Amino acid sequence: MMGSDAVKIVAHHPIVWFTRRIFSGVVVVWAAATFAFLIQCVLPGDRAQIIINATSGNVGLASSAELAAINAKYGFDQPLAIQYGKYILRILHGDLGESYQQHRPVAGIIAEQIGPTIILAVTALLLAWIIAILTTLFIAGRDNMWAKLLNDTQVFFATAPPYWLATILLVVFAVKLRIFPVIGGSSPAGLILPTLALALELSGFFGQVVQNEFTRVLEQPFVASARARGMSDFGVRLRHVLRHAALPGITLSGWALGKLLSGAILIEVVFARQGLGGVLVAATSSRDVPIVSGAVLISAGLFVLVSLIVDLTYRLVDPRIKLT
Amino acid sequence: MSQGRPQPVPQQPDLLTVDSLRVSFGRAIDEKPVVRSISFSLRPGRCLAIVGESGSGKSVTARALIGLAGRYANVHARQLSFDGTNLMGLSDRAWRGIRGNEIGFVLQDALVSLDPLRRIGKEIGEGLLLHGAVSSREELAQRVIALLKLVGVPDPETKAKQLPHQLSGGQRQRALIASALALDPRILIADEPTTALDVTAQAHVLSLLEETKTRGKALILISHDLAVVSRVADEILVMREGEVVERGNAGQILKDPEHPYTKQLLDAVPSGRPRGSRLSPSTIVRSPARQTQPEVQSPPKSRPILLEATSLVKRFKGPDGTLRTAVDGVSFELRSGETLGIVGESGSGKSTMARMVLALEEPDEGAVQFAGRPWTALAERERRARRRSLSMIYQDPLGSFDPRWTVGRIISDSLSSDVEIRRKRQERVIELIDLVGLSQALLDRRPLELSGGQRQRVAIARAIAPNPAVIVCDEPVSALDVSIQAQVLDLLGDLKEHVGVSYLFISHDLSVVRQISDRVIVMRRGRIVDSGATEEIFRNPESEYTKSLIAAMPRLVRDHQIGHSATILEEGIA
Amino acid sequence: MSMFAEATESRSLKEVLAIVRHVPFRVAACLMIIGLFALAAVAPKVLQTHDPLAIDLRSSLQSPSIAHWLGTDQLGRDLYSRVVEGAGQSLAIGLGATALSMSIAIVFGVAAALSGGVCDSILSRIVDVLFAIPTLLLALVFVTVFGPSVLTEVIAVGIGTAPGYARMIRGQVLAIKETGYVEAAKVLGHPFPRIVWRHILPNAMNPLTAMMTIGVGQAIIWASGLAFLGLGVAPPAPEWGALLNAGRNYVIYAWWLEIIPGLAVTAFALSLTIIGRHLQDRLEGKT
Repeated sequence: MMGSDAVKIVAHHPIVWFTRRIFSGVVVVWAAATFAFLIQCVLPGDRAQIIINATSGNVGLASSAELAAINAKYGFDQPLAIQYGKYILRILHGDLGESYQQHRPVAGIIAEQIGPTIILAVTALLLAWIIAILTTLFIAGRDNMWAKLLNDTQVFFATAPPYWLATILLVVFAVKLRIFPVIGGSSPAGLILPTLALALELSGFFGQVVQNEFTRVLEQPFVASARARGMSDFGVRLRHVLRHAALPGITLSGWALGKLLSGAILIEVVFARQGLGGVLVAATSSRDVPIVSGAVLISAGLFVLVSLIVDLTYRLVDPRIKLT
Repeated sequence: MSQGRPQPVPQQPDLLTVDSLRVSFGRAIDEKPVVRSISFSLRPGRCLAIVGESGSGKSVTARALIGLAGRYANVHARQLSFDGTNLMGLSDRAWRGIRGNEIGFVLQDALVSLDPLRRIGKEIGEGLLLHGAVSSREELAQRVIALLKLVGVPDPETKAKQLPHQLSGGQRQRALIASALALDPRILIADEPTTALDVTAQAHVLSLLEETKTRGKALILISHDLAVVSRVADEILVMREGEVVERGNAGQILKDPEHPYTKQLLDAVPSGRPRGSRLSPSTIVRSPARQTQPEVQSPPKSRPILLEATSLVKRFKGPDGTLRTAVDGVSFELRSGETLGIVGESGSGKSTMARMVLALEEPDEGAVQFAGRPWTALAERERRARRRSLSMIYQDPLGSFDPRWTVGRIISDSLSSDVEIRRKRQERVIELIDLVGLSQALLDRRPLELSGGQRQRVAIARAIAPNPAVIVCDEPVSALDVSIQAQVLDLLGDLKEHVGVSYLFISHDLSVVRQISDRVIVMRRGRIVDSGATEEIFRNPESEYTKSLIAAMPRLVRDHQIGHSATILEEGIA
Repeated sequence: MSMFAEATESRSLKEVLAIVRHVPFRVAACLMIIGLFALAAVAPKVLQTHDPLAIDLRSSLQSPSIAHWLGTDQLGRDLYSRVVEGAGQSLAIGLGATALSMSIAIVFGVAAALSGGVCDSILSRIVDVLFAIPTLLLALVFVTVFGPSVLTEVIAVGIGTAPGYARMIRGQVLAIKETGYVEAAKVLGHPFPRIVWRHILPNAMNPLTAMMTIGVGQAIIWASGLAFLGLGVAPPAPEWGALLNAGRNYVIYAWWLEIIPGLAVTAFALSLTIIGRHLQDRLEGKT
């Protein structure tokens, strides 16, 4: 008995759980790094040639001497295993390589641009949650015209392409009504339209998930118990049902990060905002692989971090879950 | 009531009067009546039981009494009044003042009737806060503890801080009752309060309800189980498909029912009848007797052993990484033509054992021999050919059918592959469906379109199709209404003689096991605590545990004495 | 196969008819929209009012009018006819990408769920890592590697959306593996491949039809997103994404160049979503 209790305590200890999570997170990031490395290797055509083209901006064949110089500089002449080892070592030192085009460290380029993107993503996430919860509280399980209308709106937002929503917002509010600046830059006023465009799509997704669960939980016996104690409908919704309904939504927040980053890339381009979007699009069209693979690595790291936060939040909301 | 029998309680005004209550769902065009016309009145200190099977409208009636019949329900009544207040057309606010405060409501299965994310204390205290019955946090905490003490939950200080899933089933149900009693309501409505509970917990909850009644509360008890009701009720109302088929004082109804349906319900309660007698009135369509007739006459010991389990042990890793021993050194043997009953409360390891017998779960220690040859020790590949001799009937037949398949395909799929010729297969399927008493028209239906009883019959047809030597039945009737349960038990009994099969019959329900088994094993926490011939076990059980189980068994109290129900000694009517 | 198998089939035909008879109005409307798009894809000439490639500089950047229903672009080409013309390529990209991502997802998801153990862990980890990378970024990776082209667009969107589906399918198969009817088949002594073929796969594929319907719309949205960024099909082709990309520079003076192709994408995807959800509801109601 003593032994098994001891095991139980150890397995439940937050530090053990945390260490385990960190370890599996590291594995995911390592795998992403491997993926990023592989991308650079499978690039069709001669890498040295691509680098020369990206640097000079010309398309043409370089001489073999030029190619050899580049190969030696980037270590492309070494066996793949050694290249891979060096690549991982450099990542451990925070070095994500050098942009073919800009001749600057990728880590620096991403660090410069990631701030506005993250601000955009986080504000959009919060806004999406607020919209989703408010609409759900009022429409879930109700059978009136407003509920139907709001529900259809949610489906529309969840389906419509984010860049298109963003364009409409831009045309209506910035071009026609002139309420917001057309090209926002990073001023707070310029943040409103992009955030809204990004949040609307996500709120549609969250709204549908939370609302489904909400409607299901409304039929649960414990809700009937609460009503039988004399609780009002709104009280039941707020105090009993919402917490349950939020759980699948919280789980989705990790997935939402990917959705937000994808959307942010598009929306930054629509609003010509500073951020990762512009950099990535430029890098993709000039086939500047180190930047793209650096972004892959960073977003995998962010995903791991956000998943951890999501799990912690879940445990706060659902006390049944033991740390395992 | 106006039947001229002695009144134990001095005449008091009615607390609740219901006259011609009618509940229907939907709009005028497709209106579906659920409760047609029900009338009764209730005085303090009395218990009215509303008894009926699923679909009888008993739960809807209960909910209508607190104005929670649902959004789409249309409730009409000539009179529905509580203590002189007309409840019809009450505003939502006024209803909220009555719910919890004047009428307490207890739902079945507290695991889902208490908010699984909130602590017990908070749930119990919620009513107190809502109706402004406490002025401070300390007072609230004290009242909650007092309530938990009142319903007999041990260690109330700790339990108040726990979540519903951390309590045992019985404690949970008592906590739920505590939350309904929090504001000292004058009426307590309990909807199937003991259904999901083990017998011992069931007995505790019933005592608690009786106690509540003696404290002068009016009690409405909703149940499908006449045995449960017989102990507490003063009056009984039997419902079927929304109509009241019989009503009257409890003693009279239990002793001398008038309506055939009530008789049928009473007969269907296994504990009310001698062992082995038929429980259902229906006769089963049988095809002419075939092939193997077992030598029923031969003494049990001389029959060959079919299944032999030796010191089975199974451990599971819990979600927290600790090992839990589910089955701990169990040995038994099942002889040809015999029914071995395995009884135990939830968590006793009986289902795990069934899964090991079926080789769906590998035993950690010990082994099962089947027909004198190794069984669990074999590799699945070697076992496969012999699997047809060992069938299974599940508690939830619906889950055991592929939802896309028709009944015909389900049964046909389980025929042994040597009946290859199509016409023969077809004949055999029809023969089987007749044998279990179903119409051939059902062959083209999907499982979802069948009733619970029909599904279990299909499951039985599938189980006997490959001509098995043994059928393992895991709680085969516990999801069914009593009258259906009776029919299925009778069918299993008939088939045993007819087809010549042996059963390993697993159930939590002692009366069911007693009805069908030749020998019984009683399990507790993974171990066998008692075993022997059925009558032996039920007449003089060896272990204290079996004694307590038998004592806690709900049975029909037919010699009902009004007003003395609390003191009736529970002696089995064998 | 016995007679009951046939009974099953004739019954499902009856069921199909019953479903058709009970189609709600909005779903019928969506089916009509999809029908129109399909017509545009197969026979664009039937619907067009102008030559989609005819340049007419005198009528450039005109707003929607009787002559040009949806306006004209900077070269005076009729936008309505161009949107009709683009339907074919857009639909092909959407269908191709969905087919690719579903194939990948089914192979990974089913293999992982059925194999279990180490093999499952490895396959699931691979899917997890790809899932950790945003869909669009994953698509960008493939465009970077292979350079922009229609084929790259299909591959990029196909692979970008595959991890999400693979996870769903794996979960689906795992859930079915645990059902009572799979156990019942095992108790009957049926070999595992037969159980997989007769029970697990058909039941797992059921919800896929709805998922795929919605998926085609989503694939077109992703593909048009790539094209919108200038990383898709080259501009002369009137594919919807290419139209979106071309219209980007004119959005301040000629909103219709951006809003109208986007509306086509949205209408198409929304119709498929509504139909897909309807299918989902029906399946859930049935099983």
